[in-house]
Amino acid sequence: MSDPNIGTGHFYVEGEVDLTHHVILYLEDISVSFDGFKALNNLSLTIDDKELRCIIGPNGAGKTTMMDVVTGKTRPDSGTAFFGQTMDLTQLSEAEIAHLGIGRKFQKPTVFEQHTVFENLELAMKTDKRAWRSLFAQLDDAQRDRIADTLRLIRLDQQADRLAGLLSHGQKQWLEIGMLLVQEPKLLLLDEPVAGMTDDETARTAELFKSLAGQHSLVVVEHDMSFIEQLGGKVTVLHEGAVLAEGDLATVQNDQRVIEVYLGR
Amino acid sequence: MAQRIPFTLRFLQATSKSGWIALGVFALITLVLLPLAHLALPAGHPLHVSDYVITLGGKILCYAIVAVAMDMIWGFAGILSLGHGVFFALGGYAFGMYLMRSIGLDGVYHSNLPDFMVFLDWKALPWYWQGTQYFLWAVVLVLLVPALLAFVFGYFAFRSRIKGVYFSIITQAMTYAAMLYFFRNETGFGGNNGFTDFKRILGYSISAPGTRVTLFALSALMLMFTLVLGRYLIGSKFGRVLTAIRDAESRVMFIGYNPLWYKLFVWTLSAVLCAVAGALYVPQVGIINPSEMSPANSIEIAIWVAVGGRGTLIGPVIGAFLVNLSKSWFTMAFPEYWLFFLGLIFVLVTLFLPQGVVGIWRRMRGQAKS
Repeated sequence: MSDPNIGTGHFYVEGEVDLTHHVILYLEDISVSFDGFKALNNLSLTIDDKELRCIIGPNGAGKTTMMDVVTGKTRPDSGTAFFGQTMDLTQLSEAEIAHLGIGRKFQKPTVFEQHTVFENLELAMKTDKRAWRSLFAQLDDAQRDRIADTLRLIRLDQQADRLAGLLSHGQKQWLEIGMLLVQEPKLLLLDEPVAGMTDDETARTAELFKSLAGQHSLVVVEHDMSFIEQLGGKVTVLHEGAVLAEGDLATVQNDQRVIEVYLGR
Repeated sequence: MAQRIPFTLRFLQATSKSGWIALGVFALITLVLLPLAHLALPAGHPLHVSDYVITLGGKILCYAIVAVAMDMIWGFAGILSLGHGVFFALGGYAFGMYLMRSIGLDGVYHSNLPDFMVFLDWKALPWYWQGTQYFLWAVVLVLLVPALLAFVFGYFAFRSRIKGVYFSIITQAMTYAAMLYFFRNETGFGGNNGFTDFKRILGYSISAPGTRVTLFALSALMLMFTLVLGRYLIGSKFGRVLTAIRDAESRVMFIGYNPLWYKLFVWTLSAVLCAVAGALYVPQVGIINPSEMSPANSIEIAIWVAVGGRGTLIGPVIGAFLVNLSKSWFTMAFPEYWLFFLGLIFVLVTLFLPQGVVGIWRRMRGQAKS
């Protein structure tokens, strides 16, 4: 076997994301089709390290499919998806990808409804997740503190012992975000994180995401334009499975093609 | 909080104080009172416990172990097996081989070979019967054979992400296939007659009151162990991951767990517990034949669990006792109608008691509190 370090100009460390070019996610020429329908059509997209990126686009533009490809739920028909410089996501399973540090929040909030809020965070927390270890696992002080901190951050510290199924819709969204954070991911994929939230909750979520952007890379898929405005990051517009436009919100909103896609036809 | 609690202590803590008291009472009854009432009191005494009661009780205790094992996978992991009878029967057959060898020269044909082999005109033992005259090897087989089958079957089924009703149908097919295989004389397990006419176990006469009572007590001990083990599993992080898999499997994968190993572990453990129950069952009822592998038997296991209450561990024990006691009475009083009655129970429980008998009790306690 050849030495993986030869020719790369830097050292390859097994299991660690290589961020030498400050890019955390590369998607190149990704195509996915379902029964002839092209959900993604030669999509190319890069996300920088610690960036906050918003992705918008009409229904069927391929936003959710793009996340499915990144998290290993869907295999692309062609194209490559790399995490950092070295990790080929198309070869890994969902659990392996989660271990590398990609966390995902689904469109519909999915928390473990029969578990308490505390247990939801306990299960999500970054730790040895093999079956054998979990038979004897105990939380240590650092882990308990971490859960307590996260509970405060997502404002559920009063609800720690309630069943997650009893939370309001907005609270479930927050719990799911908390579950993402305790995994200590490097890249967070958030699919419509403020759907069903009140304006007040939405504003608080925007604050939270902005504060996270310095420590993690965030990709937010949203329909809510005022939320995207509050976030203020770079915006990518998807249309028919490919990138239509990219730039700050004002630029994108004034782009003639974007206006056509959203208002025309 | 910071100290790590030793494993043995945590194992004991997994069962609550009232749980231990209940177990203690159960142990007193099954390990002391009933055996004494059977052995020490003369047959005419009003408190004498008959052979019939001890045998029926021992049998149902074995069923209860199976029911708890079933609850571990169905109640907590959401995997409905309709083929658990096969593991029970394999455990029974594995131990039955030892019991057959222990007959020695006392069989009908006074041969070293089991009677059915003489009848088939076989001259030597097949290779897989080697060593079965040793008790310990039989115990190893009881544990290993069902574990291996469960592991291999489970690995491929769970790896292919076969779930829900599809999984249930495949387990039905598995037990049915095993039944057909064991029906054949060439398989070397006595064909449709299976094994019977056992004489002794570890040198003791199998029909002696002392032997019966010992087997009964061992069944009770095994049931208690299974319950405590189940409590521990459910109270551990493993158990929380398991119920999370039951409720939202894809979410569990996206937070970095591989459900395969969780399911496979609990599935194999459940199969082994069933096999031990089968091994305790066979010497008590004195027969094992392929009908134990019939799909209907496996479905009945699911009914015990449903009647008692899924996901409660104690419920399945209650369910196993209720259904089987009514079965003993029904099959004597109205033999033709038992299956109709069993079906009716299942329909009624599904419609009105989604949490079984334990659900009624919990609801009443909830009302008393509020």
